Amino acid sequence: MSDTVRLIEVKEDILADNNAMAKALNDELTQSKTCLVNLMASPGAGKTTTILATLEKIKNDLKVGVMEADIDSMVDAEKIAASGTEAIQIRTGGFCHMDATMVRTGLEAMDFGRFDLVILENVGNLVCPAEFETGAHINAMILSVPEGDDKPLKYPLMFSICQVLLINKIDYLELSDFNLDLFRQRVLSINPNITIFEISSRTGQGIGPWADWLKDRVKTITK
Amino acid sequence: MHELPVINSILSVVLKHAEANQVQKVVTIYLQVGAMSDLEDTWMQQYFDHLSKGGVAEGAKLVIERMPVVMRCNSCGHSFEINIKDGTKPVCPSCSGEKHSLVSGREYIIKNMEVL
Ligand SMILES: Nc1nc2c(ncn2[C@@H]2O[C@H](COP(=O)(O)OP(=O)(O)OP(=O)(O)O)[C@@H](O)[C@H]2O)c(=O)[nH]1
Ligand SMILES: [Mg+2]
Ligand SMILES: [Zn+2]
Repeated sequence: MSDTVRLIEVKEDILADNNAMAKALNDELTQSKTCLVNLMASPGAGKTTTILATLEKIKNDLKVGVMEADIDSMVDAEKIAASGTEAIQIRTGGFCHMDATMVRTGLEAMDFGRFDLVILENVGNLVCPAEFETGAHINAMILSVPEGDDKPLKYPLMFSICQVLLINKIDYLELSDFNLDLFRQRVLSINPNITIFEISSRTGQGIGPWADWLKDRVKTITK
Repeated sequence: MHELPVINSILSVVLKHAEANQVQKVVTIYLQVGAMSDLEDTWMQQYFDHLSKGGVAEGAKLVIERMPVVMRCNSCGHSFEINIKDGTKPVCPSCSGEKHSLVSGREYIIKNMEVL
């Protein structure tokens, strides 16, 4: 055994495998005319409530399925199914995000080709889901007013990878010190191309314009 | 806990290269991590120490080089670095354009490693 230190060249991107799998899955989805939306947010930001409110506006025009990722429960999938939309629950078994392989397993189990749109409710956190591509056509995120307007400074990657941002619980704005203008400026400094909607999934405010935007995008992607 | 999946991926790449090169012990791992990453150096090292126990990478030190966030201007194509933590809207230093696309800043690259 020698004790001289050697240097090994590696030059490998550790996310390359997942990125390649995500790309392949995305191609397959496009071919079967199914749009995948990856919805990300903190725990309790309103992902499930927003999906339910959105389904009401789009389910007459699009065949939609929902994939619920949860560390270890069935609650969210049961809520969606109760509203009359097909839902599948993926237990991530402690994993704090979905990667492309897990998403593929879920999509195949639900026979994804039947749907125009599949909405993935990713695991609630703003860190890991941002690192791992899922194969989605649209990365969407929710930031709810009670979480505070400083989140773009703390989780820049999440804001940078999304095409659309829903500011939820806007009904709570008056009661909080959330500065909408400052927040928008912080988000746009990281991602100038992002589309922003202000919504309340509780009152229904702003859900219409967001649902129209989504329908439009789905039609373009699945054309 | 959010460091775990990323550190796991780092470890598996390290172990793959260690095996291919008949390495007895990994001493230092040189990483390039984009400034967009939310993971902190000290936590990355702690999780690495935990996950690498009992293998050839046990005790290896992570040396992390933060890579700048670089944007490319959509109108003139100029590339420039931005500071994402100051919260001001970046404008293209060349044409004052306000629409840009991310070129780099979210990478996790294992550059090389020192081994015995
Ligand atoms: N005031 C207000 N409350 C809301 C709004 N949207 C959701 N909520 C409430 O926020 C709580 C969490 O909502 P969920 O939809 O379960 O949030 P989630 O992001 O799916 O949560 P997890 O799946 O547990 O991470 C519930 O009590 C909702 O009723 C809103 O627009 N305004
Ligand atoms: Mg939920
Ligand atoms: Zn320019």
